[in-house]
Amino acid sequence: MASPEIAVSVDQVVKRYGNVTALNGVSLDIRENEFFTLLGPSGCGKTTLLRAIAGFEDVTEGHIRLKGQDLVDQPPFKRPVNTVFQQYALFPHMSVTENVLFGLLRKSWSRQDAERRAQDVLELVQLSDFADRKPGQLSGGQQQRVALARALAPRPEVLLLDEPLSALDLKLRQAVRMELKAIQRETGIAFIFVTHDQEEALTMSDRIAVMSAGHVQQVGTPKEIYETPVNRFVADFIGETNLLDVQVLSVTGGLAQVLMPGNRNFKCPAAAVVNAGPGHLSVRPERISVCAEAAGDLSATVIDHTYLGTDIQLHVKLVDGEAMSVRLQNAETTLMPETGVVVGLSLEAGAARLLAD
Amino acid sequence: MGAGNSSQIYQGSGWKLLFPSWIIIGIFLLAPVLMMGVYSFLTKEFRGGVIWQFSLDAYDQFFFDRGLFGDEPPRLEWTYIGIFWRSIWQAGLATIACLLIGFPTAWFIATRNPKSRSTWLFLVTIPYWVNLLIRTVSMKFLIRDTGPLNEFLLSFGIIDAPLGLINTNFAVQLGLFYSYLPFMVLPIYAAVERYDFSLSEAAADLYAGRWTILRLVILPVVKPGIVAGCILVFVPSLGAFLAPDLLGGAKTFMIGSLIEEQFKGNAGNWPFGAAASMILLTIVMCVLLVYARNQNKVEAR
Repeated sequence: MASPEIAVSVDQVVKRYGNVTALNGVSLDIRENEFFTLLGPSGCGKTTLLRAIAGFEDVTEGHIRLKGQDLVDQPPFKRPVNTVFQQYALFPHMSVTENVLFGLLRKSWSRQDAERRAQDVLELVQLSDFADRKPGQLSGGQQQRVALARALAPRPEVLLLDEPLSALDLKLRQAVRMELKAIQRETGIAFIFVTHDQEEALTMSDRIAVMSAGHVQQVGTPKEIYETPVNRFVADFIGETNLLDVQVLSVTGGLAQVLMPGNRNFKCPAAAVVNAGPGHLSVRPERISVCAEAAGDLSATVIDHTYLGTDIQLHVKLVDGEAMSVRLQNAETTLMPETGVVVGLSLEAGAARLLAD
Repeated sequence: MGAGNSSQIYQGSGWKLLFPSWIIIGIFLLAPVLMMGVYSFLTKEFRGGVIWQFSLDAYDQFFFDRGLFGDEPPRLEWTYIGIFWRSIWQAGLATIACLLIGFPTAWFIATRNPKSRSTWLFLVTIPYWVNLLIRTVSMKFLIRDTGPLNEFLLSFGIIDAPLGLINTNFAVQLGLFYSYLPFMVLPIYAAVERYDFSLSEAAADLYAGRWTILRLVILPVVKPGIVAGCILVFVPSLGAFLAPDLLGGAKTFMIGSLIEEQFKGNAGNWPFGAAASMILLTIVMCVLLVYARNQNKVEAR
């Protein structure tokens, strides 16, 4: 039995298309009133999972429960969830208001109540002035908001969003993120948001599930996902990171003793599943500082700089030939080493993490 | 100035380039209609042909009955109006039949995988490589009382007596339906192929069952294809004469046959045939105008 604060519980869901396995035993709990993101590269199964929750895909095995009730045998039109589609899928022959009324009237709201509700949601997405237009007469951003209003109108238990921002241009996308998050807070229902854009996921989500190859790799808050990735895939997919091949000497109580390239010893936190032997050390470029060669955890030769405005990116090469990148804040006081100079790199304590594959 | 776009290059010589199409439209469209129009206002000659003398007799004969010797006060003549009415009605039923069969067919083809669609379309058009006359005669042989259909049903004991299909309204509708079915399938196919199936998903997501999706989303969205198909079937059905001639009897006389008779052999009445054609043309134009008006209104909204 699911505990009451769980909105959607995905339980060991498997989806196969012939020989291809799109979802391979996915289990997730999505809490009520949370902005939950399914993040992963294309083909990782995130959209399949969303469509399975909506009812557009049958699951091969497993269960999907909405507030404890099994949805698996319910057709989409009986599930109290609504979807914002990637290309919006607005009904082109209906006005904005008629689009929003569609779901309400199917759920047999009275005409009067439905119209009042439609007005309210159009106000929420700031489209009251466009109520009589056809979707074809609206801009991409406005269409996206109609799609949102249409999906929110029938008061779904959970709102599903399938990459709704991907069709918008960059500037608009950034503005809509905050708006979407605000609407989620205001409506107080769970949003399940699918995206391949990690920045989008980090800025909006309460929790993120990182998916790859039909599996959930990690579930956590944006901070947990970014700072304590459980494996190499998550570390690499979220943000920029340096992955160093190191030799693990010992692991005790989540702390590892490793031998760095260049044979210096280093202590760092380790992901749960790491054992002694070869391992990967993940360290974010902005958590590295440059120091005198002898004082560093690593020594490296400076290859190049890239000027990024707020930051300067330093490309360096380790003794074993591995390339690394370091981000230094662009400030008066920052010491910028010349190309060709050998420097020491010191890794911020706790920021470097030992990962399993 | 740069190379300029085509509209600049050809500016001023547009009418010269359009000349070939004006010739085609002139010779094959305007001239025949104009000829019909003029002939309908001439006096008939008794062995076919016309005397070049203005007369309203043809239209008068169509609409009014002035008795055997033409000296009685005019009464409305229902014979020809009746034939027109029956034609509209027959063509309408044939159109509905085409729609009922054509829509699912077009839907079926448009929802196959893209590679096999062209094969299915090709299969639909195959019967139409055979001449319409031959197909209509074949239909007559198939459904007549001693034809394969009746003999098959009789031999299996499904019926006790031949169905008596030939020379009925039903046979005419069947002939029209068969003649013009692809004109319904093709435009609907084109519309359904462009239909975005995520609209159906969106409707299902918003609590619409299958029939509601069909009624409120699919049909309105593919409506232009349906309307085009209906016009393409209705208009030629209205003026058809092969199917009513060969499959129907005297009771199923349609406009096409009426007009054909006026120009055939020595018995004809050219001005009357021309007048009937003009009236038919007017009806068709009205139908198309109403459609065009509606379409503009929809677009303006």
